Amino acid sequence: MRLECALEVSHPGFVLGVAETIDLAGITAVMGVSGSGKSTLLRALAGLETPASAHIVIDGEVLLDSARGVNQPPYRRGIGYVFQDARLFAHRDVRGNLHYALHRARPGADAPAFDEVVAALDLAPLLGRRVGGLSGGERQRVAIARALLANPRLLLLDEPLAALDLKRKAELLPYIRQLPARFGIPLIYVSHAVEEVAQLADRVLILADGRVVARGLVHEVLERPEAEAVSGHFDAGVVLNGSVMGQVPEYALTEIAVAGQRMAVPRIEVAVGSPVRLRVRARDVAIALQRIEGVSIRNQLAAIVLRIAEDSAGANAEVLLALGPEEGGAHLRARITREAVATLGLAARQRVWALVKSVSFEPPR
Amino acid sequence: MSDLDLGPVWLTLRLAAVTVALLLLVGTPLAWWLAHTRTRIKPLIEALTALPLVLPPTVIGFYLLVLFAPAGMLGGPWLRLTGETLTFSFSGLVLASMIYSLPFVVQPLQGAFEAVGRAPLEAAAVLGARPLDAFFSVASPLALRGYITAIVLGFAHTLGEFGVVLMVGGNIPGRTRVISIAIYEQVETLNFAQAHVLSAGLLLFSFAVLVLVYTLNRRFPVQAT
Repeated sequence: MRLECALEVSHPGFVLGVAETIDLAGITAVMGVSGSGKSTLLRALAGLETPASAHIVIDGEVLLDSARGVNQPPYRRGIGYVFQDARLFAHRDVRGNLHYALHRARPGADAPAFDEVVAALDLAPLLGRRVGGLSGGERQRVAIARALLANPRLLLLDEPLAALDLKRKAELLPYIRQLPARFGIPLIYVSHAVEEVAQLADRVLILADGRVVARGLVHEVLERPEAEAVSGHFDAGVVLNGSVMGQVPEYALTEIAVAGQRMAVPRIEVAVGSPVRLRVRARDVAIALQRIEGVSIRNQLAAIVLRIAEDSAGANAEVLLALGPEEGGAHLRARITREAVATLGLAARQRVWALVKSVSFEPPR
Repeated sequence: MSDLDLGPVWLTLRLAAVTVALLLLVGTPLAWWLAHTRTRIKPLIEALTALPLVLPPTVIGFYLLVLFAPAGMLGGPWLRLTGETLTFSFSGLVLASMIYSLPFVVQPLQGAFEAVGRAPLEAAAVLGARPLDAFFSVASPLALRGYITAIVLGFAHTLGEFGVVLMVGGNIPGRTRVISIAIYEQVETLNFAQAHVLSAGLLLFSFAVLVLVYTLNRRFPVQAT
């Protein structure tokens, strides 16, 4: 699906200017700090807000063209929307909320079946419940199911996890991740949480002050400095793609192959061979000149120093590493002190070992 | 002492029912507009809507009488259209009651629509609901409490009106003699027993209505999503 989107929105003290052509497939994340224009962009796509000057085209169909006076109303755009606050209809129970969408669904032979959606979001036990009694996570699952049942061609999610606690967030992520493949629908996922984006997204767009400042594949974009503006310097890091090699039930660990090397992380409940993503924060990575015996750190990865960025006023240095014997491999960022850089005599192209504590990873999902 | 004449009671109930039904039709779009508009003349319209709350009924009645008179701006066309005068007729009473009870219907509805807000309507729109569909399927059920309050208050307020009726409708049995007029006449003719019955009836009914409103307000809080 091809989304062409050019829009100018100006509110007092805020200007959003975006001109992008995005090939939507899987999950596209729009990331940015509060006030960067993420939600405004999403609302304009759905037709909930009409920018002064805008041009939005999906697969050749013009949804909005302010120059030609075309403005399709939201109910005719076929774009689903999951709000941060779910916005379930309080006068209907869960089943009633789902039927509301079903009865107004966009016609189409490939519309998702009621039972299939209910199964995908585990809603069978909730169908008869009043929405007032649902937990935050349950509300969002109902909201996602309701949006799917309207048979949209594109689903927008506006920080659907923002109001949930960490545990509920972790529970909801797998539900969202499966949607594009299971229902053949692309997602645009807005968030300011780098962890969520790292887990969910295939591609990422970063917004800052109403402009797109970075775009690309998730592991590329998340190691860029623009991502750091969103995550905050303290939590900056990279995303590693790996695959599960095996489980170590005795110690509740999962072994993962990353760039031809082995890492162990707290158990992830997926089958051997499954692809996984690991987000590794720069502050959790240490550097050694040789492999170390007699140390508790389980993950020791051969790496090559690519670049060292030192802030001459501060204590820290950021070392960009390539994993594996060659320079082309996956990247890792290590945050160590400038003093350590000097003492170890680190320099570009040097072969080192990157040390990552297994326990530094997010709890298993 | 003759048997209690129930004519005024039925007439009053009919007047209140017709008035409220018509007011819901007129008041809903007005309340909706007031709840959602961003126009700068909103306070002006709100004040106009609220005027019957503060004006003496005789003042409203006087102006309506001028308007309704066979030579008046409203009464003239009405006479030519229907062959009936607006003054001293049931139709005139309905019209007058609608104006007199307007704020009692519009204000609860406006409050309820404001409480419901735009969020559920946006949610309905992105699910494929057209605006009118969204109004009937989402906004009005969520504003149920507003409707209950509007109906009950509009009905009760119309029951009790006196000044406007006296000015516009007079005292014609079967056409314009409502309960409050009948009470007035019975007091004038020193028929205190019948006045007691009708007065106590109206008092009890009004009290019961208010108890009902407050009970329902607790049972059906304005629902937010």
